[in-house]
Amino acid sequence: MNVQFRIWRGDANGGTFRDYTTECSEGMVVLDAVHAIQRTQAPDLACRWNCKAGKCGSCSAEVNGMPKLMCMTRMSDLPLEKPVTIEPMKAFPVIKDLVTDVSWNFRLKKKIKPFKPRPPDAPDRTWRMQQEDIDRVQEFRKCIECFLCQDVCHVLRDHGMYEKFIGPRFLIHVAALEMHPLDTEDRIEELRSAQGIGYCNITKCCTKVCPESIEITDNGIIPLKERVVDKFYDPLGWFWRCLKKKSED
Amino acid sequence: MPDYETFEHDVLVIGAGGAGLRAAIEASVAGVRVGLVCKSLLGKAHTVMAEGGIAAALANVDERDNWKVHFADTMRGGQYVNQWRMAELHAKEAPDRVRELEAWGAVFDRTKDGRILQRHFGGHKYPRLAHVGDRTGLEMIRTLQDHGVHQGIDVYMEHTILSLLKDGDRVVGAFGYERERGRFKIFRAKAVVLATGGIGRAYKITSNSWEYTGDGHALAYEAGAELIDMEFIQFHPTGMVWPPSVMGILVTEGVRGEGGILTNKEGKRFMFESIPENYRHQTADNEEEGWRYCQGHKDARRPPELLTRDHVSRCIVRETREGRGSPHGGVFLDISWIKSKIPNATEHIKRKLPSMYHQFKQLADIDITEQPMEVGPTTHYIMGGVRVDSDTQMSRMPGLFAAGECAAGINGANRLGGNSLSDLLVFGKRAGEFAAKFAKQNSLGEIHNSQIESAAREALAPFDQGDGENPYQIQMDLQELMQNNVGIVRTESEMQYALDQLQQLKQRANHAGITGNREYNPGWHTMIDLRNLLTVSEAITRGALERRESRGAQFREDYPEKDDRFSKVNTIISKADDGSMRIRLEPLPRMPDYLKEVVEENR
Repeated sequence: MNVQFRIWRGDANGGTFRDYTTECSEGMVVLDAVHAIQRTQAPDLACRWNCKAGKCGSCSAEVNGMPKLMCMTRMSDLPLEKPVTIEPMKAFPVIKDLVTDVSWNFRLKKKIKPFKPRPPDAPDRTWRMQQEDIDRVQEFRKCIECFLCQDVCHVLRDHGMYEKFIGPRFLIHVAALEMHPLDTEDRIEELRSAQGIGYCNITKCCTKVCPESIEITDNGIIPLKERVVDKFYDPLGWFWRCLKKKSED
Repeated sequence: MPDYETFEHDVLVIGAGGAGLRAAIEASVAGVRVGLVCKSLLGKAHTVMAEGGIAAALANVDERDNWKVHFADTMRGGQYVNQWRMAELHAKEAPDRVRELEAWGAVFDRTKDGRILQRHFGGHKYPRLAHVGDRTGLEMIRTLQDHGVHQGIDVYMEHTILSLLKDGDRVVGAFGYERERGRFKIFRAKAVVLATGGIGRAYKITSNSWEYTGDGHALAYEAGAELIDMEFIQFHPTGMVWPPSVMGILVTEGVRGEGGILTNKEGKRFMFESIPENYRHQTADNEEEGWRYCQGHKDARRPPELLTRDHVSRCIVRETREGRGSPHGGVFLDISWIKSKIPNATEHIKRKLPSMYHQFKQLADIDITEQPMEVGPTTHYIMGGVRVDSDTQMSRMPGLFAAGECAAGINGANRLGGNSLSDLLVFGKRAGEFAAKFAKQNSLGEIHNSQIESAAREALAPFDQGDGENPYQIQMDLQELMQNNVGIVRTESEMQYALDQLQQLKQRANHAGITGNREYNPGWHTMIDLRNLLTVSEAITRGALERRESRGAQFREDYPEKDDRFSKVNTIISKADDGSMRIRLEPLPRMPDYLKEVVEENR
C-alpha cells in the first residue's frame, strides 16, 4: 500500500515539512521508508543510520511526535490513514533534515571521571566478580547512546539546562561506573554540583522512550539521588563523618 | 596549496571500530599525537554489531584450552592458507587483550567462581568466547571508546577519507571531507593506520551497515599497497530472511552455541548428514551428544550446527535449492526446543540471547522462546584485505598500516566466529604500537598539491552532472550483480559476466550525477562509496576466478574440490602502472616446524 509521509526538511536556518508518498510492504520499518524516499525522490535527504537492528543508536528521530529509533519502528504499528510525520530530535540543534548536532553529549562524557579499578584480586592480575553483583551494571551498559532519553528529558528539551544538567544518559553512565564492583572513584560530589542530579524530578519520560528498556529512573537515577542525599543531606551521616574525620586527625 | 583546513598528527587512524580505537589508544600511550577519523559518530562503528564474543584461550571454563589449541583451530578453520605468524600472535596475545578490557571497565558475564565466562562457538574446540550476553561488540566498543576519550586523542566524527597522500612511495597523510558542511580537509601524518572494516555493501543481502564499502581496501590499493585473499568472503549462515526489509540482519552463532538447532521443512536436522572428513572425529554423531556438548560436558563432541560458517552456509543453500527450505527461502533455527531439556528455558533464552529475543519480537513478530526462527546466509565478513607484515601490520607502502577486517592474513579461507573481535584487539594494538614507532623515526612528509587537486576534482565531478544517473540505482545494480554472480556458489562463466558488467557499472558511475549541496548530502556519499565498492568488487571477482578450486568460503561449482596447487598460495592483487588491476599467485610463507607440530598434535 502507498503511505504518506511528512518529513521535516531544512537546516539551522529553518525548514518545513514536505510531503512524500512511498510504497510500504510487509514488515517495513520507518527507516526503510526514509531510505526508499531517499533512493527515489530525495537523494539529499539527510538521516543518520548504521546497523538497522537497534544496536548502534544512530537513527533517532521523532516519529508522529514520539522519540524513536526509526529502524525499530514498524510501519504496521503506526496509524497509516493519516501521514506519518518524521522530524529531528528537538533537544539538539539541527544540522540538516533529520540529522542533529549531538556533539554536546560527547563533550560531556569526557568530563566524567573515568573508571578506576581496585588492584587485581588474583596473582594473574585478574579480578573476581559474581554474576549477581554485575547484573545491574550490565543493564546500564546496554545503553546504545541513541540520546532519545536526552531528547525527551524536559530539563534539557524545555528548559535547555545543558550547562547545569547532564541528562539521563550520563546519569546512567555515572551509575554504571559508581555501581561497578571494581570501581574505586567517587563521583557523588559532581553528581550534586556540576552534573545537577537534583534537577531530575523523576517524571520517568526517559525510561519510557529507552529502546533498550533500561530502568533509567528506578534502577539508576533514584539510587544515585539516594547516595547524594546520604552524603550531603543526612544530618546523622554528616555528624558521624565529622566525628570520624576528627578522630582520624 | 589550496585553502583547505590542515591538521597535523604523528599517527592518523582511519576508522573507529574495535581495531581503530585500539590502535589509537596504543599509539597515544606511546606518547605521540593521534588523530582518529570516524565515518559515523564515535561508538557507532560496525563492531557494535558483533554479538557472540571474543575468542581467547583464557581456559576459564575448560582448563585444557591454551594458545596452541586456539592456533590449530584457527588454521584448520582457515584451511591452512592463513599467515601462520598472524595466527600465532593472535592466539598467544588474545587473552591479555581481553583481560586488558576488563581493566578498562568491561563487564563480561561470569563463571560461578567469578572469572570471565566463555561460551562455545563454531570451530573452537573448547568454550572460548568471552562474552556479554549477545551484545559483546557493544561492550567492547564502549569500553574502548570510554577509555580512549581520556587519552587525548583528536576525534574527527563523520569524516570520510577520499585518498591517501603520498610523498614518493611513503604515505604521508590523507585527504577527506567532513559530512556536516561538506568541506575538504587535509590530514598530515607521519604514519597512517587503516581500520575501515569490510565490504559487505557490495552484496544485496548483508549484515553490514552502509559504512562497509571497502574504503580502506580501495584507499590502500590506489596508493600502491597489495590486497590478498580477496576471494574469501564469509557468508554467515544465519541472517534473518523475513520480513524482506530485515533480510540479512545477523542472527548470532551464539544461538547455536546455546543449543539452537537447524532443521529443514521436514523437521530434519540436516547438518548431521554432511560432516566434513577433517572435522568428523571432533563432531557429535548423535543429537544427545551435541546437546551434552552445549551443556558443557567435556567428554561430548560439538553438534554439527557448530561446524565452520562456510560449511554450514553451503548446507543451508543445498537444503533450499533442493526444495527443503522454510516458507521464505531459508531454513529453521530453533532454540525453543531446549524447553524439553531444561527448566526455566524461557528465562534462560532471554538472559543469554536478549538482543535476539528483541530483534525477532520487534522486527518479525516471532517469539524465539516459543517458535523457530527462519534464517539464511548473509554476507558478513571479508577474510581478504590489505597485505601487511604479520608483526608490525605495515603494508608494503612505508608509513601505511592496516588492522582489523580491512587487513588480511589471520583468517585464511574462513574465519572462526569470535576471532574477529580478538583480531581487532591484537592487531589494532600492534598497528598502533608500530605506527607510533614509525612516526617517532620519521618526520612529516611533503604534501603535493596535484594529488589534492585531482582528488577534490574527482569528488566534486558528480555535482556538475546533476542530470546524470542516480548513484543509488547504480549501487543497487552492483549489489544485485555481486549477489547473483560472485556469491556463495561460483562458476567461471558467471564471474566473467560479472567482470564485464563491472566495467559497464564503472562507466555509469563516471556519468552519475547528484543534486543538492555539499552539506550532509547522502547522495554524494553514496557516489563516493560506490567508487570504492567497484574497486573491491573487481578484486573479489578476479581473486575468485584465479583460485580454481573450492576452499573455505570460496566454493566453485566448476572446481568443487580442494586442489593441492592452491593449497600453498595466496592470490595477490595490485595496481599496475597502466592503472589496470593485476593478480598473481604467491607462495605462502613456510610454517616453522614447532608450529607444524602444534597443528599435528591438535589434528
